[in-house]
Amino acid sequence: MSGGRKIGEVILAVEEVSLAFGGVKALSGVSFDVREHEVRAIIGPNGAGKSSMLNVINGVYHPQQGTIRLRMDGQLREFHDMDPHEVALSGIARTFQNLALFKGMSVLDNIMTGRNLRMRTNLLLQAIRIGPAAREEMVHRDAVERIIDFLEIQAWRKTPVGRLPYGLQKRVDLGRALAMEPNVLLLDEPMAGMNVEEKQDMCRFILDVNDHFGTTIVLIEHDMSVVMDISDRVVVLDYGRKIGDGTPAEVRANQAVIDAYLGVSH
Amino acid sequence: MAVDIRTFDTFPKLLAHHAQVRGALPAIREKDLGVWQTWSWGRFADEVRALACGLAAHGLQRSAHLAIVGDNRPRLYAAMCAAQCLGAVPVPLYQDAVATEMAFPIQNAEIAFAVAEDQEQVDKLLEILPQCPSLKRIYFDDSRGLRNYAQDSLTSYEELQAIGREFDARNPGFFDAEVARGQGSEPAAMFFTSGTTGNPKGVVLTHTALIDRAQAAAVMEGLGDSDVVLAYLPPAWIGQNIFSYAQPFVTGYCICCPESAETVMADMREIGPTYYFAPPRVLEALLTTVSIRMEDAGSIKRRMYLYFMDVARRVGAKILDGESVGAADRFLYRLGDVLVYGPLRNVLGMSRVRVAYTAGEAIGPDLFVFYRSIGINLKQLYGSTETSVFVCIQPNGQVKADTVGPAVPGVELKFTPQRELLVRSPGLFKEYYKNPQATADAKDAEGWFHTGDAGYFDPDGHLKIIDRVKDVGALTDGTLFAPKYLENKLKFFPYIREAVAFGHGRDKVCVFINFDIDAVGNWAERHNLPYTGYVDLASREEVYQLVGECIEKVNLDLSTDPELSNSQIHRFLILHKELDADDGELTRTRKVRRGYIGERYQQLVEAMYAGRDTVHVEAQVRYEDGRTGMVSSDLGIRDAKTFAPAAAKRAA
Repeated sequence: MSGGRKIGEVILAVEEVSLAFGGVKALSGVSFDVREHEVRAIIGPNGAGKSSMLNVINGVYHPQQGTIRLRMDGQLREFHDMDPHEVALSGIARTFQNLALFKGMSVLDNIMTGRNLRMRTNLLLQAIRIGPAAREEMVHRDAVERIIDFLEIQAWRKTPVGRLPYGLQKRVDLGRALAMEPNVLLLDEPMAGMNVEEKQDMCRFILDVNDHFGTTIVLIEHDMSVVMDISDRVVVLDYGRKIGDGTPAEVRANQAVIDAYLGVSH
Repeated sequence: MAVDIRTFDTFPKLLAHHAQVRGALPAIREKDLGVWQTWSWGRFADEVRALACGLAAHGLQRSAHLAIVGDNRPRLYAAMCAAQCLGAVPVPLYQDAVATEMAFPIQNAEIAFAVAEDQEQVDKLLEILPQCPSLKRIYFDDSRGLRNYAQDSLTSYEELQAIGREFDARNPGFFDAEVARGQGSEPAAMFFTSGTTGNPKGVVLTHTALIDRAQAAAVMEGLGDSDVVLAYLPPAWIGQNIFSYAQPFVTGYCICCPESAETVMADMREIGPTYYFAPPRVLEALLTTVSIRMEDAGSIKRRMYLYFMDVARRVGAKILDGESVGAADRFLYRLGDVLVYGPLRNVLGMSRVRVAYTAGEAIGPDLFVFYRSIGINLKQLYGSTETSVFVCIQPNGQVKADTVGPAVPGVELKFTPQRELLVRSPGLFKEYYKNPQATADAKDAEGWFHTGDAGYFDPDGHLKIIDRVKDVGALTDGTLFAPKYLENKLKFFPYIREAVAFGHGRDKVCVFINFDIDAVGNWAERHNLPYTGYVDLASREEVYQLVGECIEKVNLDLSTDPELSNSQIHRFLILHKELDADDGELTRTRKVRRGYIGERYQQLVEAMYAGRDTVHVEAQVRYEDGRTGMVSSDLGIRDAKTFAPAAAKRAA
């Protein structure tokens, strides 16, 4: 599968992260790392803390304990209390489990919003669309068109997103995240609610993104078969704790993981 | 305007001519990254030159074959021409064929070089590589997903052109000399006919044949370099190839390649073609879309549409044919044109269409008249791969729903006693590749091509085709049984997508039905009938009734024809799955393979004739990714109402 793709050094390191909401411990002492260009999956039963983990990396939640380090300018640097905007600026993009698209806007415009961080001209120039703003828009439109082409959604370029079927909306959501040209892409249950064919399509796109752009991918999923097929390494969470970490084959053989998924009598 | 086809007797020579006379005019457009990108004739010639030199450097010999697999793409058309420049023969293959179907043509023509559109096609070619030892090199247009393919046999289009440019620089006179060596009498292309039985046959067509027919039709319709065509059907099909390769090379018009199969409608609106071809199937799908959307429209719009479509049905076609129509009707039609027909033509992307053709199968009279009545000059033509398409065309002003028009200049027609149509024309094929037996069977010593179609001339000298000679059979009582004629009558109903009639050597006619999931699905929604999909609807008694009513109307119509009144349809069943080319039930041009279906579903046929009311079926289906699975269900069989010929006489 990964002929030309070289898995590099650690790009993101999560160390002893704990997160609690009042008395509820969502994450306790979780550590793992993500290497450059790999597809890293976080799996676990419902309520295991997968989305919380993603939200911590994304800067939505700030953990009470532990650190997260991200490779910037060639070395791992700790990041503290960054808000989502700053995280985005540092090269991390994400998609959402329940989709957070602008339903009334076209596919093109939705993906264009992903370019927002890279726009340099000010609002006023953009509003009257002259000079540098017009040139800039051309550049960004070109980037957006490449993504539309990549995700094969040309036929719906001008369709309002709200009118599209769910599987396509998911693709638009991925497109918007790609528009940021991220180094690390966080995917929150990209396959949730899809039928088998849509899942296959989505897997293909995720692998293509990884292969074509070399984007490091961290994905949450609870469809085990999907995860095992496309991931390089898998972290397993249960009740906020890490219970397994390794290649799909290792994780599949891990007794703790089997117990967590199938349940054991206590 | 017309070029001298004796001087420019091959496609490469025509290309050089256009690059010289209209070098800056658009030759081919493709929508890429949301923008229409244009190749002028000059650019087209440059691309072809670099490509041809690259192929020569890799060792493509004169009269060798080059496979071309993919959709309508400028670079693939350039590859066709590049092969012709070297005196090699391009063989376009259907892009939606599964890998195993591609093996035969490649083995048959010992193809060593192939140009593929993208990863999907490359994967298929690599898959059949073990069975096709002749295949040495594969070139690809779109590199997406192919970055990590390590095979030595793979080369990108850009690399090939770079090799070609270098080769051209080292051998400056080579390219022009190769083009000059080409003769009109040499093979220009080979098309594999889908074939309803056995292996496909490679139809070899010469430059002269293709150019002559392309020119004859272009002159008849007055086509010139300002015309625009949208190329959206498979280029491996002779029809598309004539409209998007042979004719532009003769007239210098511009062809446009849509962005993807899903965007054809939108791209057509943007381009506004002036010259259009659509098989009846496509026209029907468009009309179904329009009808469904009108049914969902507000009541004012819907009433306006129905009223003006009524006006159009009454006088529209007459106005188009230049017949005299009352002043009141003329005014109403003009009003309708502003309110309904104009906007409708615009939605269909046909505002600028001057000439539109349909062919390939019989077209329903209602469907045909619909397009003509809203002011689109839709005409029928008759032809096949072996005749370079143009045999008959309806001239402007002489258009009828049930004929295909008189012979195009240069064509001679006659019939055998069995009513088989024979054709002699400069556009006839040279031979079936490596199949002298089949060639001799199809083309006799005097040069007449046996079309296999049965038909006759109407009083105006227009050709009327009823069925294939070999398919025309008889019931046990001796009644004429023309299955395709019956199937077509059924398929003219929007609810029925496919029908397969059985009756040869039997005492009565029975049919299989595939309903149209869009039309029946919409009907079900309007009748508050919840359903999950095709299989669910196929088991509903309401749907059986709906289909039964359609069959009843066909029977009533048949009962008025003394020749055919005994071939009324007695029993029918709705198939549990849609007939599919991937399962071998349809040809790639979506014609039913009656014999194969009869064998495959023999159990169902026997159940119909045995008088049973249900039949249990388990069938193997092949999914698009090549895997197979099983479907099982109980199918109902129903009797259709038939009419006594006597009753019909009273009604008539």
